[in-house]
Amino acid sequence: MSRQTKIKLENVTKVFYKRGNSVTAIQNISAEIKDGEFVCLIGPSGCGKTTLLKILAGLETPSLGRYSISRDSKEKPLQSMVFQEKGVFPWLTVAENVAFGLKMQKLPRAYVKERTAYFLEKVGLAQFAKRYPKELSGGMKQRVSIARAFANDPEILLMDEPFAALDEQNKYILQEELLNIWMETKKTVLFITHSIDEALMLSDRILLMSAQPGKIAADKTIDLPRPRHVEQIRSDQNVAKQFVEIWKHLQTEVQRSRLQAT
Amino acid sequence: MEFVKRADREKSPEEIERDEWERQKAKQRLKQAMTIASPIFILLLWEMLSRTEIIDSRFFPPPTAIVAAFFNMIQTGTLFDHLSISLLRIVGGFLLGAIPGIVLGLLMGMYAPFRHFFQPLVMALMPIPTLALLPIIIIIFGIGEMSKLVTIAGSVFFPVVINTAAGVMNIEQIYVDVAKNYGAGSKDFFFQVALPGALPVMFEGIQMGQAIALLTIVAAEMMGANEGIGYLIWTSYKAFVITEMFVGLILISFFGYFFSLLLRWLQAKLLPWRENG
Ligand SMILES: Nc1ncnc2c1ncn2[C@@H]1O[C@H](COP(=O)(O)OP(=O)(O)OP(=O)(O)O)[C@@H](O)[C@H]1O
Ligand SMILES: [Mg+2]
Repeated sequence: MSRQTKIKLENVTKVFYKRGNSVTAIQNISAEIKDGEFVCLIGPSGCGKTTLLKILAGLETPSLGRYSISRDSKEKPLQSMVFQEKGVFPWLTVAENVAFGLKMQKLPRAYVKERTAYFLEKVGLAQFAKRYPKELSGGMKQRVSIARAFANDPEILLMDEPFAALDEQNKYILQEELLNIWMETKKTVLFITHSIDEALMLSDRILLMSAQPGKIAADKTIDLPRPRHVEQIRSDQNVAKQFVEIWKHLQTEVQRSRLQAT
Repeated sequence: MEFVKRADREKSPEEIERDEWERQKAKQRLKQAMTIASPIFILLLWEMLSRTEIIDSRFFPPPTAIVAAFFNMIQTGTLFDHLSISLLRIVGGFLLGAIPGIVLGLLMGMYAPFRHFFQPLVMALMPIPTLALLPIIIIIFGIGEMSKLVTIAGSVFFPVVINTAAGVMNIEQIYVDVAKNYGAGSKDFFFQVALPGALPVMFEGIQMGQAIALLTIVAAEMMGANEGIGYLIWTSYKAFVITEMFVGLILISFFGYFFSLLLRWLQAKLLPWRENG
């Protein structure tokens, strides 16, 4: 299988400098992500995962190094991000929020309406279409921002802990949905999570990051057949071994960063 | 360990909450009653004190006399003339100040160069009461309608500009990021993010502007006008027709209240998405 490189990062470093203090969020990150690959990014809190995603989203510029994202189609938006803070506009209704990207693309109104309805249904918010976000719970807002990104149909999905505020069942439904969309459309997905289970369930590859300054500490290929099932993942010896490895890595990294902080 | 006490063990939780709800409603009714009672009480007290000459009825005529003067002025048509010209000035001057205020405020909020250029000018001019500029305004615009409109516009403009710019600048970064990420152009950004995001704070500026417009018109009409509520108050005072002066004062209080209710209603209509809306 020789797929094209979709995202390429070369020695990307980002330093935040404010009022005489500098923080190296990420340092010398190099990675290649292939077209259609599902990659999870795991690392301790504050290690620069969001920063990396924002760089790819064009919202931050790297201090050093460079990156490239190759484009397949001129019509499709290149990337859409699901933000950690959700970023659901309080002044737009649920449906208007989901339709936001489509409207920005100036797509025909009927098409926007149809797609919006489709994804509202998918995330289970059809009956909230006309409500304002103030009436939604945290998890529901998260689903709005997920629907907004899916509906936008980009080549790359950048997802920053998208399922963090959901109950296990809703999380499972949306994970399945994400995998369906991913398999159908062969999108490239870069997905941040703190849940090792989630990463094992979803990804082709897991990039493990070290504590601040964030570097890529390990690159694990998850070679499990798809579709994957919770039971199967729980019982597989190999997966259990992977889980423990990642767990141990995170534990040492978190301890190291706590030591640094004191 | 201590438990929060619940007095009635026999009641179901629904009954407890319903009783609580009814208690709250009764409280609400009491507050409303007090709101209505207080002006009535003052008016009755005033009437009594004035009729018994405990307070000087030449300066504080009884409310009934003021009401009589009010109806008399409606009949002769003088009231309508004063009122309509004042309202026209308020509305005209308000729009003349608020619209440029909103436009400049949005530009200042959205574009840093605009902000840095206009901020010092706005800050330097804001503390000067427009009324203090009235002589200059009259020199430039003459004694006619234009000078009144400009006076009001000038005093409405500043709170609106400042609040609008602050409203845009206080929009959380995440919304700007989302708009950028989904490819919003500058027009979309303006109508979908900047304007609706700034609206709540902008509205506070508009409300302030409305209150200031009312203060300004009365003072401006006292200083240089031939008609209007401010003129009515001033000339009635000078001619010692105190009942008519009070009619003017009460009308101003009424319109101040009316305008602020109108704006609050408009706000609820325009901002249905607000947390407390
Ligand atoms: N805009 C900014 N200005 C200054 N420092 C920043 C900024 N954004 C992030 N940082 C710093 O960069 C580091 C990495 O932050 P980032 O948000 O990327 O972490 P993260 O891995 O996403 O953490 P979490 O898992 O908690 O979301 C942190 O130390 C943070 O304080
Ligand atoms: Mg983060």
